[in-house]
Amino acid sequence: MLLFLLDLIRLLGGDERRVDSRTIYVGHRSGSTNEAINPPKFCDNRIVSSKYTVWNFLPKNLFEQFRRIANFYFLIIFLVQVIVDTPTSPVTSGLPLFFVITVTAIKQGYEDWLRHKADNEVNKYPVTVLEDGSRIRKESEKIKVGDVVEVDEDETFPCDLILLQSSRDDGTCYVTTASLDGESNHKTHYTVPDAERDLESLNATIECEQPQPDLYKFVGRMHIYTNNQEPAVRSLGPENLLLKGATLKNTQKICGVAVYTGMETKMALNYQGKSQKRSAVEKSINAFLLVYLCILVSKALVCTTLKYVWQSKPGQDEPWYNEKTDTEKNIPLVMLTDFLSFMVLFNFIIPVSMYVTVEMQKFLGSFFITWDKDFFDPEIQEGALVNTSDLNEELGQVEYVFTDKTGTLTQNNMEFIECCIDGFQYKYQDASSELDGFCVTDGPLNKLQQKAGREREELFLRALCLCHTVQMPSPPQEQRGFIASSPDEVALVKGAMRYGFTFLGLESKNMKILNRNNDVEMYELLHVLSFDPVRRRMSVIVRSRAGDTLLFCKGADSSIFPRVRQEEVERIRMHVERNATEGYRTLCVAYKHLSEEEYRQAEEGLKEARLALQDREEKLMAVYNQVETGMSLIGATAVEDRLQEEAAETMEALQGAGIKVWVLTGDKMETAKSTCYACRLFQRHTELLELTVRTLEDGGRRREERLHDLLIEYHKKAVQDAPSVKAANQDYGFIIDGATLSMVLNSSSESNSSRYKNLFLQICFNCTAVLCCRMAPLQKAQIVKMVKNSKGSPITLSIGDGANDVSMILEAHVGIGIKGKEGRQAVRNSDYAIPKLKHLKKLLLAHGHLYYVRIAHLVQYFFYKNLCFILPQFLYQFFCGYSQQPLYDAAYLTMYNICFTSMPILAYSLLEQHICLEVLLDNAILYREIAKNAMLRWGPFLYWTLLGVFHGLLFFFGVRYLFSNPALQDNGQVFGNWSYGTIVFTVLVFTVTLKLALDTRHWTWVNHFVIWGSLAFYVFFSFFWGGIIWPFLRQQRLYFVFANMLSSVSAWLVIILLILLSLLPEILLVVFRKPRGPRARQVELRETHTHLDSLSLSLTLCLSCSHFSLLFMFSMYSKCHDRLSIYFGLFCFLVPPKDSSFLLILPTIHVFPSEMKYICGM
Amino acid sequence: MMASGYSTKEEDGHITVSGPGGGALRGKKPENTAFKQQRLPAWQPILTAGTVLPAFFIIGLIFIPIGIGLYVTSNNIKEFEIDYTGVNMSSPCFNCSQNFSWNSTRPCTCSIPFYLDQPYENNVFMYYGLSNFYQNHRRYVKSRDDSQLNGDLQSLKTPSKECEPYAEHDNKPIAPCGAIANSMFNDTLELFYNDPNGTKVPIPLTATGIAWWTDKHVKFRNPGENANLTAVFQGTMKPVNWRKPVYELDSDPQNNGFINEDFIVWMRTAALPTFRKLYRIIHKKNNMVPTLPRGNYTLEVVYNYPVRSFEGRKRMILSTISWMGGKNPFLGIAYITVGSVCFFLGVVLLIIHHKYGNRNNSADISN
Repeated sequence: MLLFLLDLIRLLGGDERRVDSRTIYVGHRSGSTNEAINPPKFCDNRIVSSKYTVWNFLPKNLFEQFRRIANFYFLIIFLVQVIVDTPTSPVTSGLPLFFVITVTAIKQGYEDWLRHKADNEVNKYPVTVLEDGSRIRKESEKIKVGDVVEVDEDETFPCDLILLQSSRDDGTCYVTTASLDGESNHKTHYTVPDAERDLESLNATIECEQPQPDLYKFVGRMHIYTNNQEPAVRSLGPENLLLKGATLKNTQKICGVAVYTGMETKMALNYQGKSQKRSAVEKSINAFLLVYLCILVSKALVCTTLKYVWQSKPGQDEPWYNEKTDTEKNIPLVMLTDFLSFMVLFNFIIPVSMYVTVEMQKFLGSFFITWDKDFFDPEIQEGALVNTSDLNEELGQVEYVFTDKTGTLTQNNMEFIECCIDGFQYKYQDASSELDGFCVTDGPLNKLQQKAGREREELFLRALCLCHTVQMPSPPQEQRGFIASSPDEVALVKGAMRYGFTFLGLESKNMKILNRNNDVEMYELLHVLSFDPVRRRMSVIVRSRAGDTLLFCKGADSSIFPRVRQEEVERIRMHVERNATEGYRTLCVAYKHLSEEEYRQAEEGLKEARLALQDREEKLMAVYNQVETGMSLIGATAVEDRLQEEAAETMEALQGAGIKVWVLTGDKMETAKSTCYACRLFQRHTELLELTVRTLEDGGRRREERLHDLLIEYHKKAVQDAPSVKAANQDYGFIIDGATLSMVLNSSSESNSSRYKNLFLQICFNCTAVLCCRMAPLQKAQIVKMVKNSKGSPITLSIGDGANDVSMILEAHVGIGIKGKEGRQAVRNSDYAIPKLKHLKKLLLAHGHLYYVRIAHLVQYFFYKNLCFILPQFLYQFFCGYSQQPLYDAAYLTMYNICFTSMPILAYSLLEQHICLEVLLDNAILYREIAKNAMLRWGPFLYWTLLGVFHGLLFFFGVRYLFSNPALQDNGQVFGNWSYGTIVFTVLVFTVTLKLALDTRHWTWVNHFVIWGSLAFYVFFSFFWGGIIWPFLRQQRLYFVFANMLSSVSAWLVIILLILLSLLPEILLVVFRKPRGPRARQVELRETHTHLDSLSLSLTLCLSCSHFSLLFMFSMYSKCHDRLSIYFGLFCFLVPPKDSSFLLILPTIHVFPSEMKYICGM
Repeated sequence: MMASGYSTKEEDGHITVSGPGGGALRGKKPENTAFKQQRLPAWQPILTAGTVLPAFFIIGLIFIPIGIGLYVTSNNIKEFEIDYTGVNMSSPCFNCSQNFSWNSTRPCTCSIPFYLDQPYENNVFMYYGLSNFYQNHRRYVKSRDDSQLNGDLQSLKTPSKECEPYAEHDNKPIAPCGAIANSMFNDTLELFYNDPNGTKVPIPLTATGIAWWTDKHVKFRNPGENANLTAVFQGTMKPVNWRKPVYELDSDPQNNGFINEDFIVWMRTAALPTFRKLYRIIHKKNNMVPTLPRGNYTLEVVYNYPVRSFEGRKRMILSTISWMGGKNPFLGIAYITVGSVCFFLGVVLLIIHHKYGNRNNSADISN
């Protein structure tokens, strides 16, 4: 019992230990001799990205597929058909379902097979493991945590390793993480400091955190045991960790100990599938589906009810000629069975094929984006990339664009423009580039000729040369290429070079500089206080040859100014601000002499913080902040970040398209503002509403109060006075910064918070452009989320290029990544990736617009064509004793959606250009026409539904009246029920295909081929199907039915008549619809609205008139045939339009049978 | 779906496919083909009032004459219909309809006199019509065995399940099986012309040529090649409601058994509960005399077929036929109406177009 308890405690304890850290025995040697080796269990190094195995593929895949609601619905229908005696054979719904399921299963199986292959490639990859002094070749999947692994140059790391030994002298190695985050530059990783050179005798344990997905975070501690001495402790950070998936470069060989293996590696933890985005169109489809489901159920209910009413009359249910079998008499739950049978009969109204076609359209359609040569960028040799095809149509619905600034609006191609040393401006003469757009000259340009002292100059330039993390490529190349995580640093180092100070590289912790006198200066690099976005600065601590310890720091003005002497600030601030307004990125440079005492303190603090296992970040930050104080300011730099090509045109086009552009940047306000001006997001006459820390401090009152006042004031200006303002053509731009935003969002009191948020949003919605500066990545996502969830849930799009944009890219409805210079994270997480910002214009205005129109039409057309397909079948129930007798043959029921009508709409939905690409690009305003899901709202849906109902009624009753005398052939022979169905079906196939032909505005040969081909195929198939006695069919229902139909003139006449009649209103509408041509559009835009209004009114009347007369025709026919008394309306006194007013007089006249007979000529 | 599928593939960093078609094109300039750049040469029809207006007039101008032609043709077709169900006491067939019994051995006959006020030229087609008879009921429509009717010996002995409850009787297979065959119309209709001098002249009725050629020659076949029908059908039962077995339907071997045309006509199920089926053809004798001259006639009915249990009606129809089939004013009216509507719309649109379209004209021309 006690033992058990102890076990339990140990278990619990072990568990606890598992939670925060893990202990690894390097080479599986226990740390101290007296401790028994009890290696903890870790997972093996197998990567499993595949979902299925051979055995579980079928059940698992089927289960996954039937979890989709649509598939499940079709499965239910199929099962009902199998179980219950239903009018249509299970084949009719089983075949399409089987087809869909099979195709999907094959696709998923193939993808999984690829994954298996890739997994195997990785898992079976031979690696070298050092075991008890010998080198053993193993398969990669057999690596265990604690193994010492050897990796050669250009090999990928098989698991996450702690670097123990490198073949390079300085204990470093270079890796590229191209396959992890796409950054192709070489990154330096370091061996564990002072680790045993001899790995065989190395006796150490590593304590590190449990696996976590952050690629750039790692904390651990290594205990090295040497001959019963006190173990030496070394701290481990991300610079010691080699990630699985990265590749060793420029280093012959390394050895490392495996810390995370298999599914616990950072790579495996990272790329779990991202959450799926659903497009607005899909939501519309689901809503429509619901409506159709209701129609279906109500149809089945109506039929079931009427069936029982009909049967209650004597002699109807079971006349002598049509008796039930014994089993039919004793069906349990007869009502339910009947209901289900009707459901099955009408189930084609919700077509399985629509899902297939929509999926195919999206998948195939997205190829046009990758194929577009306009998206090809010769510089990076890449085109656009589509990561998901589910959102194509969403590109046509964007209302808000959130864009990053650096690298997106601007090129992130930094160029050193000028610097200022002690308040004196240094401008490099060759700089010929000029910022287009806004430019302010208020600086003391007269000081241009003056110079600061030479000593200060050199100090400044040394600072530029030393304070960075730039690396030289290891075989020094001819062109002075530098490798750096930030392009600013490269620009600064290159800038210093122009003034005579060249950075030669870092050699075993010594930085070499070639100074103006061509002497090489050496500095020992003691510490790098690396850059982070919160501090917004970085520092280095170096020791010169002379033994001076110096700290150089560079960073944003806001982060430097409070840490230097104030009298120095004033001289430089002016320059910094002027540069910022010119759109340059400014950095301030400061330095500090460290006394021995100060340095010792700092070093101790750093060491302690770096060894900490918990809260290491915070502790480091505290030390950094402590060290970076009391510095003296030397100068400032200005680096230009040029605008992307056609950035301004793109932004203008987006605004013209009614899209609101918000710039979300981490940059400072002045820089961002000038970029906005340059991009013409802000115009000269735009009134800027500023809500930043600066404006909040103006009044000298409490910030909260000031915030409140400003919000109210701006709200009054932009929202309440908006109508009058619009007339004056005044637009507003809104500027907010991160700090203020968090005040708005997290106001002290709850009620204020939501109120401020509302005010803020309302102001923003009324501004043409919004600039949010000083944003943290998470704040960017917050803003996107706020807009996304606001009233009307507008469609948002985020575009960015860097890791800091990933959060907003993931948050927005559509995320666009730019294949920029800041690595590939944005591209990886985006839905679409394009090389340049300018491509956004075509992506939205042309591709997005077309995709939306195509898929919207596809969806509406599918519902329409199935409604008019099934409606006659429903109506037929009224004439066949509600017996679920299908109107069409089973072959037609099955083939209708698969073969006869599927290809034309697919071709349409891939190729249609109702407005050609150039016009769409030139007239951004066209984008507004489809805004707010215009083609899939209830209005158009109602139109299509009514059209479907109209056609269905027409088809059925047209043929019904023809069949009042079934002797339709010139030899007096009669037609039966299958001829009836075939005539209706022929009219149906021709009408829906020709309806699509009428809608097609862009007839390529493909359209011609599939439209006429489908019709020809239908005719051919009907002949073929009816021309042979099929041995596998139980009933030869259609034998020669089609041929006999074609031999009847009346059938021909009624087919032509009904097709024409169905398309007549369509043709009429087409005439009055706005003409769509390249030039007609422009002309038409100028036209007055009153003219169009009167036209459309008269059109409505014409239409209603024609429909009335049709109604009249049918009823007249039926009435005079049945010789019943008549109660009729005669109408149609259409007064020609005058002042857009019409008079429709509908006098009601009683017509008596005799008169009617006269009219009919009988 | 697709996105997640592809992104998992990238996990190992070995496969570069990163989207539909994306990876394959990486580093390669997209081909500049018309199809891939969505620049296929295309015809872009623009329907405007200018192009559609003539179409309306043309449709109107074509449809109205066709409609008139159809209407006139339909009106020229002579049709005579007589209901012989015998619902009323006064009806000659009232007794027969009242005293109906399946077992009666003596057939009930009744004769109905009628008067044709017009002579019927050309061939006259004699139909029987049934009302409220649901030949299109699902249970009924499927109750047949087409392979049995096609002469399959296997199916002859073991009829399909679809024929239930008319598949077997007394443990013997029924041939032809099924509800349709079982309920075959078996009234015998005969026409007599009452000569003004008092004699009843029987009118010769042809019982062939009333079924579809393909049905008679391909779809329906007697079992056993040219064998004695009586022998072939040995071991099967006649349908329960039939008075004589299928091999005694006609004395003509080419019109007997399954290929009996009355039977074939019946087996083609009607589309609507009120229907007519071709019964006999009265061929024209010569050009001088009308096929059926004006005068008094008598319809002699052997009343075998009960319809009153389900409120049905039986009719006999005499009709001439034109190129468009039997009499049906619907097509004519429909064509005239549609043609007129088109024409009328054309006129209205023309007025609107002229009145308001002046500004619009520039748009049309520019297209």
